Amino acid sequence: MRPQGKDLLGLATITTEEIELILDTSARMKEILSRPIKKVPALRGRTVINVFYEPSTRTRVSFELAAKYLSADCINISASASSVVKGESLKDTARTIEALGADVVVLRHPLAGAAHLLANTIAAAVVNAGDGAHEHPTQALLDLFTVKEKRGNLKGIKVVIVGDILHSRVARSNIWGFRKMGAKVAVCGPATLIPKDVERMGVSVHHSMEEALSGADVVMMLRIQLERQKAAFFPSLREYSRLYCLTPERLSLAKPDALIMHPGPVNRGVEISAEITEHARSVINEQVTNGVAVRMAILYLLSGGED
Amino acid sequence: MRLLIKGGTIVDPVSRRMFSGDVLVGEGKIAALGESLDDAVGDGGDVIDASGKLVVPGLIDLHVHLRDPGFEAKETIESGTRAAACGGFTSIACMPNTNPVADNQTVINYIRSKAKELGMVNVFPIGAITAGCAGKELCEMADLKEAGAVAFSDDGRCVADSGVMYRAMQYAAMVGLPIVAHCEDITLSAGGLVHEGYLSTMLGLKGIPAAAETVMVARDIILAEATGCRLHIAHVSTAGAVELVRQAKAKGLPVTAEATPHHFSLTDEAVAGFDPNTKVNPPLRSTADVEAVCAGLRDGTIDVIATDHAPHTPEEKDVEYGNAPFGMVGLETAVGLVWTKLVHTGILDPVEAVAKMTVNPARILGIPKGTLEVGAAADITIIDPELEEVVDPARFKSLGRNTPFAGWRLKGLPVATIVGGRVVYQREVARED
Repeated sequence: MRPQGKDLLGLATITTEEIELILDTSARMKEILSRPIKKVPALRGRTVINVFYEPSTRTRVSFELAAKYLSADCINISASASSVVKGESLKDTARTIEALGADVVVLRHPLAGAAHLLANTIAAAVVNAGDGAHEHPTQALLDLFTVKEKRGNLKGIKVVIVGDILHSRVARSNIWGFRKMGAKVAVCGPATLIPKDVERMGVSVHHSMEEALSGADVVMMLRIQLERQKAAFFPSLREYSRLYCLTPERLSLAKPDALIMHPGPVNRGVEISAEITEHARSVINEQVTNGVAVRMAILYLLSGGED
Repeated sequence: MRLLIKGGTIVDPVSRRMFSGDVLVGEGKIAALGESLDDAVGDGGDVIDASGKLVVPGLIDLHVHLRDPGFEAKETIESGTRAAACGGFTSIACMPNTNPVADNQTVINYIRSKAKELGMVNVFPIGAITAGCAGKELCEMADLKEAGAVAFSDDGRCVADSGVMYRAMQYAAMVGLPIVAHCEDITLSAGGLVHEGYLSTMLGLKGIPAAAETVMVARDIILAEATGCRLHIAHVSTAGAVELVRQAKAKGLPVTAEATPHHFSLTDEAVAGFDPNTKVNPPLRSTADVEAVCAGLRDGTIDVIATDHAPHTPEEKDVEYGNAPFGMVGLETAVGLVWTKLVHTGILDPVEAVAKMTVNPARILGIPKGTLEVGAAADITIIDPELEEVVDPARFKSLGRNTPFAGWRLKGLPVATIVGGRVVYQREVARED
């Protein structure tokens, strides 16, 4: 079995079966990561090109390692170092990359829809590694994988996503992903950071963290961008933190075995208190490890590695 | 030489009547209307068979961006007026946001003389409200009027400073021309790309709240009341704006409004695939807004259908959604959309639809157009209400191909356009699609 499309652009359009396929394949990949020699020849002779128009360490390194563990050749292109600074359009850059022989292009871009544009332009598989505030499907898939690994099942669990939902591609992808897997999703944040009509994505909306956290199986904290305060989305970090920081007291409202997640990097003491980051129920570091396995699975499946 | 348009259904939006008959054209003017005028054509005269078709006053588009001077890669006066003719328009009013801006006599004179030299359709320039459309200093409005400007607008931008807008409207009222207002509170739209709603949320594209438009429509109506200036609201797209215009009219204020074909034909759902051809300002709105615009067209709140024809090059449009410029072309799809979405659906009868594209814009601009009276210039459009065609941007005469309607099957199309008695467009035998 293979995913239906040639690309992975988002979880809004993917089927539940495709998500399950990716999660099952990720489990097999994770086993490879536990071996003393973490390398298999599955994608030998294939080329993965990471094109990053935004700074990122975590995601880029994760994709790079995923490609290398599968023996693919992997090249990184960052916007500042390429002809992008000479004014080349995304489409022209894409055609150049394709002419260079890429089998899979991993794109991180500050504008929503950029991965769609790329996917419509080139025959190579495109993996969206984050496009503006639209989607970040690999992050959501690794979150699904992490929760599934811990809980065994996603159906019926309650996931609470707290913070800047408005600007968060992680939130959007996770809402689609968890909803498709049968979980209940609640979003929580100040009114100014909740996007309009988000209820139509199948979530409940809360402004009180206490209310949102009640009975939660998963608490996912989002990074708050400090510059949002200047744009008057909230009065001060102090007040934001008072209302939306995950503290041990607030965590006690969730289920006793609730998981704590964060896509990173963490603003300690702002959205998540220092003691929580190190909490036994925090799976923040496992999210990073699982990210490599999930990205291996995606590269493998999109490269037609099955045959 | 005389021209006889024979056997059509004549639509007269002034008397609000439809009747079958012939139209005789001579010396560039309407010479006679009536039954069986065959004998009056004389030898060598041309005859157009209009049986089964509507013969209407030449259509007027009050809102066109011709892009010339300055942005000739997007459109020129030549390509734009040719596109207008193909779309059934005999007169167009063009917006001043060219480079240089039409904020002085020289640019107005250039546009008029160039259009006249090309001889395709009548072009009526709209002068800027403020120098450079920068929203700060008033243009020499009397000077612009003398050169031939028919209205003032900073379209594409809103005059953000209420004090400047107040004085602009006082001054325009004195000069005797209307203000065509692009209503957008840029502190609310700030960087937005699409209508703020479920689609903007789902796609992660920054939203433009409906309030950004509605707030500014309210301000400008208040200023129109305070100054007595005639105010024409461009491209109304929100339910709130429609309601404010309705209230203003009920109070008897000198306020008129237009809607574009894309704002009554499409909702923000069209944005779902990130097609930059759906990026337009004001943005495609919610279903409730589209319904309100249609209701406003039906009850007369919205006087005019205008295209906001805004051509761009493929290089500019074929990029990330956020990097693409706002705007879509409209001249060559307008009649088809009006008939398909408004007339065939029963929202407007043909007389009302024609009035919104002829006599109503003519009255707002104060131009002697939009009528089939004997003695008037022979500006005539012939529409086949049953003719169907699939929109193919490759066939456009406009240099702009940026339309979200590619592939749409439209029913009701212009088949001939006559300007001053001269046939500037006549459709070839029906094409097979």
